[in-house]
Amino acid sequence: MPAHDVLIIGAGLAGQRAALAAAQQGSSVAIMSKVHPVRSHSVAAAGGINAAISVDDDWHSHAYDTVKGSDFLGDQDAIEVMCSEAPREVMHLEHIGVTFHRNDKGEMDLRAFGGASMKRTAYVADITGQALLHVLYEQLMKHHETVERFEEWFTTSLLLDETGRCCGVIARDVRSGRMEAFTAKNVILACGGAGQAYKPTTNGLIVTGDGIAMAYRAGAPLMDMEMVQYHPTCLVETGILITEGARGEGAHLLNANGERFMEKSAPNKMELASRDVVSRAEQIEINEGRGVGPGGAGIFLDVTVVPRKRTLEALREIVNLGRDFAGVDITREPIMIRPGQHYIMGGVKTDIDGRTPIEGLYAAGEVACVSVHGGNRLGANSLLDTLIFGRRAGEHAAERAAQMGPPRLDTRARLDQDSDELASIIARPRDGRRVSEIKSELGEVMNKHAAVFRDEAGLQSALETVRRLRAESEHAWIDDRGTVFNQDVLGAVELGFMIDCAETTLVGAIERKESRGAQFRTDYPERNDAEWLKHIDITAPQNGGGPRVSYSPVTITQWQPEERKY
Amino acid sequence: MAEVHDRPPEQFTLRMRRYNPESGDAPYWDEHTIELEPHRSVLEAILQARDRFDGSIGIRCSCRQAICGSCGVRVNGEPSLACHTHLDAAKASARDGVIEIEPMGNMPVIKDLIVDMDAVHWKKIQRVTPWLLAKQPVPEREYLVPKEAMVDITQTMACIQCGACVSDCLAMEVDPGFIGPAALAKAYRFVGDPRDAQQRERLVDLAHDQQGIFDCTHCFKCVEACPKDVNPMGQIMRLRRIAIADQHIKDRHNGERHEAAFTTLVRENGLLWEAELLPRSYGGNSWFGKFAPAAGKELISSLPAITKALARGKVTLMGALKPHKIPPGDLKSVQAIYEKVEGREQRYELNLYITGQDEVPAEGAAVAAGAGADGGSDAAAPSGAEGSTSQ
Repeated sequence: MPAHDVLIIGAGLAGQRAALAAAQQGSSVAIMSKVHPVRSHSVAAAGGINAAISVDDDWHSHAYDTVKGSDFLGDQDAIEVMCSEAPREVMHLEHIGVTFHRNDKGEMDLRAFGGASMKRTAYVADITGQALLHVLYEQLMKHHETVERFEEWFTTSLLLDETGRCCGVIARDVRSGRMEAFTAKNVILACGGAGQAYKPTTNGLIVTGDGIAMAYRAGAPLMDMEMVQYHPTCLVETGILITEGARGEGAHLLNANGERFMEKSAPNKMELASRDVVSRAEQIEINEGRGVGPGGAGIFLDVTVVPRKRTLEALREIVNLGRDFAGVDITREPIMIRPGQHYIMGGVKTDIDGRTPIEGLYAAGEVACVSVHGGNRLGANSLLDTLIFGRRAGEHAAERAAQMGPPRLDTRARLDQDSDELASIIARPRDGRRVSEIKSELGEVMNKHAAVFRDEAGLQSALETVRRLRAESEHAWIDDRGTVFNQDVLGAVELGFMIDCAETTLVGAIERKESRGAQFRTDYPERNDAEWLKHIDITAPQNGGGPRVSYSPVTITQWQPEERKY
Repeated sequence: MAEVHDRPPEQFTLRMRRYNPESGDAPYWDEHTIELEPHRSVLEAILQARDRFDGSIGIRCSCRQAICGSCGVRVNGEPSLACHTHLDAAKASARDGVIEIEPMGNMPVIKDLIVDMDAVHWKKIQRVTPWLLAKQPVPEREYLVPKEAMVDITQTMACIQCGACVSDCLAMEVDPGFIGPAALAKAYRFVGDPRDAQQRERLVDLAHDQQGIFDCTHCFKCVEACPKDVNPMGQIMRLRRIAIADQHIKDRHNGERHEAAFTTLVRENGLLWEAELLPRSYGGNSWFGKFAPAAGKELISSLPAITKALARGKVTLMGALKPHKIPPGDLKSVQAIYEKVEGREQRYELNLYITGQDEVPAEGAAVAAGAGADGGSDAAAPSGAEGSTSQ
């Protein structure tokens, strides 16, 4: 049975950064991922990473922009940590090999991004996430003696001892189908968000809320789950993302009348207002009949106003995306986009060192809610979040591990339970619904009722549907009867994870009777600081009943809530 | 707006190579008909077949937008990303209208379309010391480096490790030990990085390795296969040029001399003089090369092959004694290319991120990409774009 000081689940940016940080402290480290690390969805982050590295900049300005972007729901102590540590972290990434774009003096170049008061986004063309992820993986290869990698291992549950401490996980080797218990003094969840609970989404097929659901099931509270980001520029048919970097480079948004409609909702920042603001403005144009394309379901993103040479150099990936996935040459004509599910601000509640309320369990990256993003995340703050809190979690877990003995617990019962569970899914008779049908219905109902605009009736009906789908999923059948690369059975487990995430999102959205950040309730259209300047925490039901709701205060250090205008 | 959005769904039939390692049965073909708009991807078609008909179809996939590199397969025999291949194009290139999907080549199949990338691809990546060996001391802020250098290596940084180039590398098919296109492109990412302290050591290592930079046979398969325009073969040629022209590395397996012999023979004769190539590669780049002991040894050991070639008429005695003749005007044109290339102040390196067209080429100005087989990177480059990226 493998045993480590620190075991990290998920090998995107947060996980790899945590692994490297923990190994640096001398811990024995393992990193486990259901896919090869470079397939992790961090790879798709395009635009860049925010840090106040310019001599004219100040991290306080970055922090204020982030607080304002969060619609004052972000915890300011955490935001201060993230923004003040950002320059050092970005320099570290540069030193280990990230090929950041330079200016003519050979310094790192910076580009404009939404909700930012100045150019603050370091980038590698529009493949920043890929460049960061691959460079961190280079470091994992370099440090292969100190970081053990379990690639293509699927984690099914967290192991808790009698005292409720987290001491490891149960996982399945995807390639052989073998189930195994892994013990560890500390476990760090770094396995991303839950975008696949929505259809369509910009997120990859692997982004199924595994970590959020496993922590929730183990008793950890989830926070801000109602806050779901819709990115303003996604391809209409497939939901594929067009980076905010396009607008950062100067691209316009146009309605059917050719108007730059952002004038109405954000006269100063225009297209570079925060994402919730831009997505709402687009949705209003579409809803009021000023959309473009078939059914008026889209908005034009006009990149032709950016010099062609600059587009080819700095936005090459979206030139390719436009050509390959929409048949459009974005340097010559506008491309049709609309808002699409992109990111969840909520997740497993943690402190600024990534600790969850469950001893021995940490979380970092999209799976976690520190909360630095509050009601709305700024573009190019997610890569920063993964790296800062991944590192902090890794360091803290390593320090803690150095002061404790190995966990003692009997893993047999849980291992058998999970093995039996998977075997029973494989053996199910074909008389219910297919897993794939349920997943599809889940995504559609979430995208219909828990999207840019929400109301009580829609959210309640969605919650009813999700609970029906949960019941159906318990009998849903699959085709694959094998053990080697049985992706079918893992899909059934993932469906269960996504249903947990969807349910808590809806419960949170119903609970929050105001409009703030990404949550816009048409039945409560105003922000209400008097009653709702607080986080909604959700914990799993004990002995039946629905998820339990409680509240926690928002930490305010230096920026009092004020009206939010862009 | 492109018209693609209005195209109605059509039926497409997929013929997939299936293999279940647990069944004890040989691989077999499996057909499914799905319905999708013609500009949707082969991956979406496979996923529809998996969702509707058979959940046991094995394929790695995630992002659906050609960035995660999971879904490398062969479509109608050509290596590609399933998510990056349109159904209409795939149908058009199919032999019988049925889109044929197989696992990638040069790597063992685990199940259906899933291959063992660790056993081949990642092992080769490990071979090239795939991490920065940073110059010391590390500065407090960022390393100050030329803008062009960073944009340049971003082309190889854009590699998504999908394995499409490895799948159909002909040199690797013959010599499985060849480090291969993906790993050598990765090596360029460090050799081209001004922050790396061991560029020369890396080149010495890759030049002296018999399965290193000189093992590539210029077949262009990897260039065609790459879905991200990384141009792996181009990066290998750049490694060679830097090793030979800048670092003056003379490798022990005659790679450098072979290349010199090749270019000299073409310069002098307009065409390759095959009979001279081997002795010069081993014995030295002149007519007297054949008298060097190393060349003699190699010639003797090649006697069976030479005899066979003579017997089958592949070479003739006259061909061995005299070079091919081409019209003097053509010879002049060939030599003019040499003069132009060698007359440049700086060696011209084709890199899409740097030389990517600023303007669309004029009508009829066909880009002679295929003509630049060896060191002829200028052939495909638009004029006036040299070395400049600044806006």
